[in-house]
Parts: sequence; structure tokens; C-alpha cells
Amino acid sequence: MSPITLLGAIDPGLVTFLSPELASRMQFGWTISVHIIFASLSIGLAPFIIYFTWKDVRTNERRYARLRSFWVKVFAAGFVMGTVTGIPMSFQFGTNFPQFAEVAGELIGGPLAFEAKMAFFLEAVFLGVLLYGRDRVKDRTYVISSVLVGFGAWLSGFWILIVNAWMQTPRGYEMVTRNGMEIAKLTDPFAAFFTPRMPWMYVHMMNASVISVALLVAGVSAYIVWKKPDAEAWNTALKLAVVLLIVSAPFQAVHGDAYGRHVADTQPQKFAAMEAHYETGQADLHLLAVPKSPEALTDPRAENLVTVSLPAVGSFLASGGDFDAEVIGLNEYDENPPVALVFWSFRFMVGLGFLFIGLALWGGFLMYRGRLADSTRYLKAMIAASPFGYAALLTGWYVTEIGRQPWVIQGELKTSEAVSSTLTGAEATLTLVAFVVLYVGLMLTALYILKWLVREELRSLGVRESSGGRWHGPIPWVSSDD
Amino acid sequence: MTDTLLPVDAYLVESLPEIWFGAVLFALGMYVVLDGFDFGIGMLYATRTDERERETFLAAFGPVWDANEVWVVAFGTMLLAAFPRVYSRLLADNYLLALGFVVALVFRGLGPELREQRDDERWKRYTDYAFISGSVFAPLLLGMLAGRWLFGEATLPVALTGVGLVAVSIVTGAAFLAAKTEPGLASELRAYGIGATVAYLGGVVVLLGTVVLTDGGGAADAVLSLPVAAVVALSVTVGLSGSVLARRGRYRAWLASALALPTLLTVLVAILLYPTIYPPTGLLVREAVVSPLALNLVTVLGFPVLVLVLWYFKFLYGVFSGPIEGEGYEG
Repeated sequence: MSPITLLGAIDPGLVTFLSPELASRMQFGWTISVHIIFASLSIGLAPFIIYFTWKDVRTNERRYARLRSFWVKVFAAGFVMGTVTGIPMSFQFGTNFPQFAEVAGELIGGPLAFEAKMAFFLEAVFLGVLLYGRDRVKDRTYVISSVLVGFGAWLSGFWILIVNAWMQTPRGYEMVTRNGMEIAKLTDPFAAFFTPRMPWMYVHMMNASVISVALLVAGVSAYIVWKKPDAEAWNTALKLAVVLLIVSAPFQAVHGDAYGRHVADTQPQKFAAMEAHYETGQADLHLLAVPKSPEALTDPRAENLVTVSLPAVGSFLASGGDFDAEVIGLNEYDENPPVALVFWSFRFMVGLGFLFIGLALWGGFLMYRGRLADSTRYLKAMIAASPFGYAALLTGWYVTEIGRQPWVIQGELKTSEAVSSTLTGAEATLTLVAFVVLYVGLMLTALYILKWLVREELRSLGVRESSGGRWHGPIPWVSSDD
Repeated sequence: MTDTLLPVDAYLVESLPEIWFGAVLFALGMYVVLDGFDFGIGMLYATRTDERERETFLAAFGPVWDANEVWVVAFGTMLLAAFPRVYSRLLADNYLLALGFVVALVFRGLGPELREQRDDERWKRYTDYAFISGSVFAPLLLGMLAGRWLFGEATLPVALTGVGLVAVSIVTGAAFLAAKTEPGLASELRAYGIGATVAYLGGVVVLLGTVVLTDGGGAADAVLSLPVAAVVALSVTVGLSGSVLARRGRYRAWLASALALPTLLTVLVAILLYPTIYPPTGLLVREAVVSPLALNLVTVLGFPVLVLVLWYFKFLYGVFSGPIEGEGYEG
């Protein structure tokens, strides 16, 4: 008997637990939120790592060796975090959502196993070489190792998103009874893997990872350049990150617009939740939404808002050009996702996306003028913006995953039916609390490592702790005062 | 398209479900062997107080543990792909054990990673605690999970399986380190290794004896069989001859025989399971397996990759073969 149940036995009023379903959903949501930060760090850093390694080996210039060494260390720390947070993910399908694992096993088991075998191993093995093997392998093998690590990260995303896309737009299966249970039997592997959602999701997520990491690289570079303007390597890195941002940020907006239409076609309920659109008919587009009161922010229906809206533009966007198009409203459904979360997450993501475009254009303008590193204002803006790529990435995923509720497999299996029937509220709450505590510690540790690496880098560049201006911003890892 | 490439209603070969039963246990075996010696390194690390010796241990652990750990993901996902019901029941029925195990892995993986980040005695002590406790609890809880898989609710056999995995991890960890470090340290390590070998072999005998006497989890009949007796006899032979090799200072040969112990343990698990795959409910391999098309698909796409993965490991261990150099963990 665990201490908690003992406590409950003494006085049931002492402890109240979350329901197994709610605790499981919160736990999965929380653990995947932390994991995806590290997973997308690997994906987004991959092009940087490959480029720096190749340039280092090719040109033998010190600046590339410096950048390679720094970012490989970040990559490695992120990969360790990604591994230790990824293993709980692959277990939770079984521990918390066994009905889902059993119903969807034929469809999701293959891609998950391919992810482990084709991608995860590739990354883990060749990262060992990249980290410890510089003097042990030939130059060419070393560069190839960096390519394989990067390729592994992108391939990993490919298989995982096949699973997620299938949950959104399931195809290639039929429901049959096996061992007294309705399960999805694979009938067409090609249709099951390349579902309508898959290409949308893959492009959007890979590009989101690139944007997030470009902002991170730009922020770290801006900080170091600000402290030490003649740091050659970091001027290079800043330029590279801004160029990448100029390409990826506008692309994401254009792509996201088309993606939204695809969602309206394939998951109308989710689209309606994104716009808090209740009555079927013409839909407005809410450009800006301000809650009338603090309560309105958490209002599950996301009503009672002051909105700046473009009448009928929601219809225009959903249909791809028809202002009068009928958009299905949430009132048509018996059970809806938590509308407020989806509505606000969507606005947060889109708003940040436009901010990134602004930063990219500003950077492009400065670069054109040859003043990128001279503009203290721009450097500070990039330092402040460095974590927001991840904020946009996470809120984007909240739209996707929370917006799919109440379904775990759209139209086929509800999340409430997928939760373990043997799980108790006490067990689920206990592990939820444990994961929250553990992962908060883990995130703080990751930030600490980044901060430590930046400080070491500054030290090796000859910047004294006390010299120059100090950053008093909100982001802990870029301050040098400790 | 798929009709011509992949048969839909028949397995590629008649025995494909059994082959997959073997493949899933192969992945488990790879994990128990490879990450097993990582756990052993972590536990033996507790016996070292000298900073240089500790760094030598971490240098042996650093380049390989992450890749080794991926085998547990390979095991889990292959189990899900071929036998989804077993994956679901095994993890859902043993909720706290399974999540306890992954939490132990978090501590084990992060400890050494964080240790390097600060030059401070107290910091090092805490990160070392994480590394050591994770290295003890991960094999203990994984072993108990395997025990629950084999013996269901029978408490003593479940606990003994956990302890057995801890002991065998110490054996392989000691042998791995002995083969990679200088003679003075190696001779200290072999004392632990030999002690753990004796404890492990004794533990296996007591475990199987307990199962027979109490019919733990109804597995008594399975234990009293010729294959089980053969595996136990082979384990005793390998364990004892390995200890002799260790005493003679032939550490590479000792390592080879030490790695055979967790391999044989996995074979034992396979024998005790088959023809069921989830003894607590008596579920058979043939009942739990996915439909022919799904299994054919993961075979055609997955098996060539599995071969490739083995080649990666050969490459990785080739690059980092030989004695550990003086350099620290970060290389």
C-alpha cells in the first residue's frame, strides 16, 4: 500500500485525486510538451550542425570549429534530454492508454518501431562519434556522421508524424473484432502511412523546428555579439540564423494558411474550435480578440470577447475564396473540445508567427545595410525573442491535439475510451506529480546547461564577467551575473 | 500494389509470428546485455572514491550508453507492432513499475551529463547520487517487470527476478570495465564481478526453486523442463569458467563469457513464456499477433534495418574499442 492510499485510508477527505482520464491526459500532454522541445531542437539544429561540421573540416577556419563545437554540445545535451523524455512517451501508450495501443497497434506500431530502428539508433550511434570521435575517425567519416545524425532527426519526425497524422485523418484500415475487442486492422499500408494530413503536418513541423532553432541560435549569437562585437564566429552564426529565418518564417505563414483550409475540409470541428464558431453558416475571421474580463480568458466557450473581426473572411479562408461558404459550427456536435484552449492557442501561434516575420524582415533590412551586428536594438530584440519559437511550436501542437478532442483517433475512438481501466486515480495522480516535478527540474537544468555553455564561450572569447552592459531581461540563461 | 508486394491474408512464412516472438526477445536481450553493463558501471561507480577512477568509468560509459538505451525503445515498439495486446497489458497492469523504470532511466542518463557542468563538490555528489541510484533501480524495476510478465502476482519470484538482473548487470559491468582499464583497477573490479556471478547463479537457482515449490504464477511445469535445465547448467558453466578467466587476468575472455549470462537469461525468459506470450492471462503468441499484412510489412521494412543497426553498433564499438584514454568524459 502506497503512502498516499494509506493517507486516504485514514481520512478520505485528506486526499482527492484526479480522475485517471484527466490525470493521464495531463501527464501525456505535459510529458510530450517537454519532449517535443528537445525533439525539435534536434531537428532544427541538424542543418546548423551539418553546415558547421562541413565548413570546419573543409576550411579549417577557427570560427567554424568554434561554432561546431558549441552547437554539437547543445545538440548532445538536447539529445540526452530528448532520449530520457522520449522513453516515457513510448511507454505511456501502454501504461495510460492501453486501449488506444491495442485498437491502433497494427497502424501505429510499425511506424513507431521504424522510428526506433531507422532513426533513433542512427542518431544515438553517430552522435557518439560526433561527440567523442573527432580524433578517432577520418575527416570524411566525421562529416558523414554529422549528416547521419541530422538525417536521423528528420527521419524520426517523419515516422512519428505518420502516427500523429493517422490519428487526425485515419485511413487504410477496417474495424474488425479480435479477442473480443474492436480493433483497427491494417488493409492498405500506403494509405495508412501517407494520410491526407501527413504532408501538411511534416512540412509545418519541420519548418517550425527550423524557425524555433533559428531564433535560438540568433538569440545566443546576438547576446555574444552584443558582449563581444568582434567575435567573428558569432557574427557568422547570427547572419546564418537570420537568413534562415527570412526564408522559413514567411514560408510558414503561407503554408499555414493552406494548412488551415485542409483542416477545415478534414476536421471541421477542430476548425470551428479554432475560430470559436458556433452557428453553422458564414464565418468571420477574428483578427484580434481581447477578453472583456479575466474570466473570459478561461471561458470554455471563448465567448464574451471584444474582437476585431473581418466579416465572412473565415468562410473565405476555409473555402479558399468563397465569402459565402458555409462553415460548420460547434453546435452541430454533441461533444466539443475545450474551445477556449484551442481558440487562444491558435491566436498565440499565429501572432507569434507574424512577429517572427517582422523580425526576419527587420534583420534582412539591417543586413542589406551591413549593420546587422551594430544595431543594439535588434540584438536585444533577438535575445528577447529566442524562446518564442518554442512557444509558437507548442501552442500550434495544442491546437492540433486539443482540437482533436474528444477523439484520440478522429471519428473512431474517444480519448475517454482509450484510458486504462485498471488505472486508479491515486496512481495516475502520483505519477503526474512526479513527472511535473522531474521535468520542471529537467527544463531548469537544460536552461542552466545552455547558460553555462554561453558563459564558457564568453570566457574563452576573453569577455570578463563584469565588463560591458548587462542584460536585465526576463530570460535567465542569457544573463551573465551569477 | 500491396497485393503483389506483400501477401495480405498469409504470413510471408508460416512461422512468422514465432520469428517475431524471437525478434522481440532479441531486442530485449540486446537491451539487457548492452545497457546491463552500463548499469553495472553505474553501480560499481559507487565503490570508487578516487576522482580519476570515477572519470575513467564515465569515459567508458559516455560514448555508448545512449545508443544502448535505444534498445529498450526498440523492444517496446517492436512488441507494440507485433503483439499490441501484450504491450498494452504488460505496461497497464504494471503501471508504477513501468513508469518507475523510465524515471530511473532519466536519473541514470542525466547524472553524468550534468556532472560535467559544474566544478563543485556538492554538485558532483548530487549528480553522482542520480547516476548511481538510477543504475540500481533501473535494472531492479525492469527485472521486476519481467518477473511480473513471467510469474504474475507471485511476489518472491518477482523480487528475485529484479535482484537477479541487478546482479548480472554488475557482472557484465565489471568485466567490461576490467577489459578497458589498467590492471590495478581491473583486479579490484574482478572481485566484485566474481562475487556478483556467484550471487546471480545462486539467485537463479533459488528463483526457479521457489517457482517450483510454490508454483508461482503457475509456472512450475515450465520450469521443470529439459530446456530450462540446459540453460541453467550452461549459465553455471559459463559463470564459473568466466570467474576462472577473470582470476587469470584474461579480461577480454571474461567479458565474452560475462555477456553470455544476460543472453542466457533472455533465452530463459523466452523458454518460460513460449507458447504463451502473456502468462498472466494465458494469451498465446498466435492469439496476440497482428494480422498477416501488418506483420509482413514490419518484417519487410524492419528486418533489413535491424541488420543495419547491428552494423552501426559494430562500427561504434570499433571506434571506441581498446583501453580508455586519460581524457575525461567530454573527450
